Amino acid sequence: MTLKQIFTSAVGRKLTMGLSGIFLILFLIVHVGLNACIWANDGGEMFNRAAHFMGATVVMRILEVGLFVFIFIHIIQGLMLEVSNRSKRGTAYAVSYGNRGSKWYSRSMGLLGTIILLFLVIHWIDFWIPSRFTGVEDVTLSDGKTVHNLYALMQNRFEVTWIVVVYILGCISLAYHLAHGFQSAFRSLGVYNKKYNVMLTNFGYAFAIIVSLAFIMMPVSMYFHWLS
Amino acid sequence: MEHNTMNLTLKVWRQKNANDRGNFETYQVSDISSEMSFLEMFDVLNERLIREGKDPIAFDHDCREGICGMCSMYIDGKPHGPWTQNTTCQLHMRAFKDGDTIVVEPWRAKAFPVVKDLVVDRTSFDRIIQAGGYISVNTGNAVDANALPVEKEKADAAFAAAACIGCGACVAACKNSSALLFVSAKVAHLALLPQGDPERKTRVVNMVAQMDKEGFGSCTATGACEATCPKGITIENIARLNKEYMVASLTSK
Ligand code: HEM
Ligand code: SF4
Ligand code: FES
Repeated sequence: MTLKQIFTSAVGRKLTMGLSGIFLILFLIVHVGLNACIWANDGGEMFNRAAHFMGATVVMRILEVGLFVFIFIHIIQGLMLEVSNRSKRGTAYAVSYGNRGSKWYSRSMGLLGTIILLFLVIHWIDFWIPSRFTGVEDVTLSDGKTVHNLYALMQNRFEVTWIVVVYILGCISLAYHLAHGFQSAFRSLGVYNKKYNVMLTNFGYAFAIIVSLAFIMMPVSMYFHWLS
Repeated sequence: MEHNTMNLTLKVWRQKNANDRGNFETYQVSDISSEMSFLEMFDVLNERLIREGKDPIAFDHDCREGICGMCSMYIDGKPHGPWTQNTTCQLHMRAFKDGDTIVVEPWRAKAFPVVKDLVVDRTSFDRIIQAGGYISVNTGNAVDANALPVEKEKADAAFAAAACIGCGACVAACKNSSALLFVSAKVAHLALLPQGDPERKTRVVNMVAQMDKEGFGSCTATGACEATCPKGITIENIARLNKEYMVASLTSK
C-alpha cells in the first residue's frame, strides 16, 4: 500500500474527494456565517470588521493556504475522476436507467462541480483578487480602525444583473452538489452504519438548502437595496 | 391461476462476436403466456429462429431459479428487468402487457466485453475473487460449527452480504460501471467473520487493485446498483469497504 494508491485507486480517490469535500463544507460554514454580518444593517461595519479579522492574522493566512490546497485537490481529483468514470462504459445503452435507480443530481456531480468552478472564477475575480492584490478602497470604522471596505465592493458588484444571476445559478448548483455530496463524503470515509447514514442524508439536505439560500439572499438583498 | 397470452415486439442486441459492431434486430413474438419466464420467451423465439434456419440469440443462463447469477439481460433500461430484487430468469411475462415493445441489451462495461449477442465475458469478476475473495485454511476434518462464536448481528450482516450471486447487474446499472457493490459484498462478508480476519487487510487492498486493473469505475454513491441488485445487497457495504481500505492503507508497512 503506497501513497500513490490513495490518489489513484478507485477507493483512494474517493477518500481524497470526501476529505477535501468535508474541508470545503467546514469552510462554507465559516464563510456563510461571516457574510451573514451584512444583515446587521449597520452600513456594513460588522461585516467589514469580521472580514478584516479573517485576513488579519497569520493563522488565517495559513488556513487560507490550506483551503486553496484542498480546493485544488478537490477540483483536479473531481475532474479526473469524472473523466475516468465516463470512460468505463464503452458502448452506450439505448435505453437509460434514468431516475428509476438514482437521483439526477447524484449522477451529475461533475457537471454541478464544473458550474461551481465557473462561478468560483467569477467570484475570485470580483472579491478575492481585489482584496489580496489589486486593492480595495478603505473605510474607517467607528473605533477609528481602517479596513478594506468589502461591503461597498459587494454593493457595487451586486448592482449588476448578470453577476447576481450567475451567483444564484452557482448557489443552486452548490445546493444540489451538497444534497448528494454531504452524505456521500461520509460514506467515502467509511461511515457504514445505516442509522447514521439516514441522519447524515437528512442533515445534508437541510445544510445544502439553508447554506445555499443564505448565499443567494446576499446578492439578492443588495440588488434590491433591502439593506440600509 | 389467471393466465393470458400476449403479442410482443422485441428489440434485441445482436452481435456476432467481440469484434463485430452489433445492432438491434426487431422480432415479433406471439402467443406468449403471461406465466412464462422471460428466458422461456427467448426459448420460444430461438426455437422459431432455428426452424427458420437463422442464428438463435445467444444468452447466458444456468440455474433458472435466481441463484447462479448467469442470466444477464438489460431489459428496458434496467438490469434484470422491471421487478425489484429479481433475476431475469425469475422475471415473468405478466410484468408486461399485450402489444409492449421490449428492448433487450447486454451488460455494458468495458470490463464485461460482449462475447456474442447478450452474452458478456465476466471473468474479470473471477480474477477479483482470485485476488483475495477467499480464506486460506488447511483442509481436513470440518471443525465443529460452534467452535468459533460469532455475534448474531455480525453473522446476519455477513450472511446478507454473502447473498451476492456475482451477476454483475450492479456494474450494468452504475453510471461509472463500478464493481464496488460486488467487491464490497465479498469484502464485508469475510471481514465480518472471524475466519476472514487474518487476511482482512491484504484482501481489501488486493481486490480493489485487481478491480482497478480490470477497468471498473469508482463509486459515486448514486444508489443505482442497490436499486437493481437481485439480492438486496446494500451500499452500506461499500462504505464498509471504504473503511476497511482506509484502515488497511493507514496501518500497512
Ligand atoms: C465549495 C465548493 C464545493 C464543495 C463544498 C464541494 C463538496 C463536495 C462533497 C462533500 C463531495 C462528496 C465527496 C464524496 O463523495 O466523497 C463532492 C464531490 C464531488 N465534487 Fe465537489 N465540492 C465543491 C466544489 C467542487 C468543484 C469546483 C468541483 C470541480 C469541478 C467539484 C467536483 C466534484 C465531483 C466531480 C464530485 C463527485 C466525485 C464522485 O464521483 O463521487 N466540486 N464535492
Ligand atoms: S452485488 Fe448484487 S447486483 Fe452486484 S453482482 Fe452481487 S448480486 Fe449481482
Ligand atoms: S439463470 Fe441462474 S440466476 Fe438466472
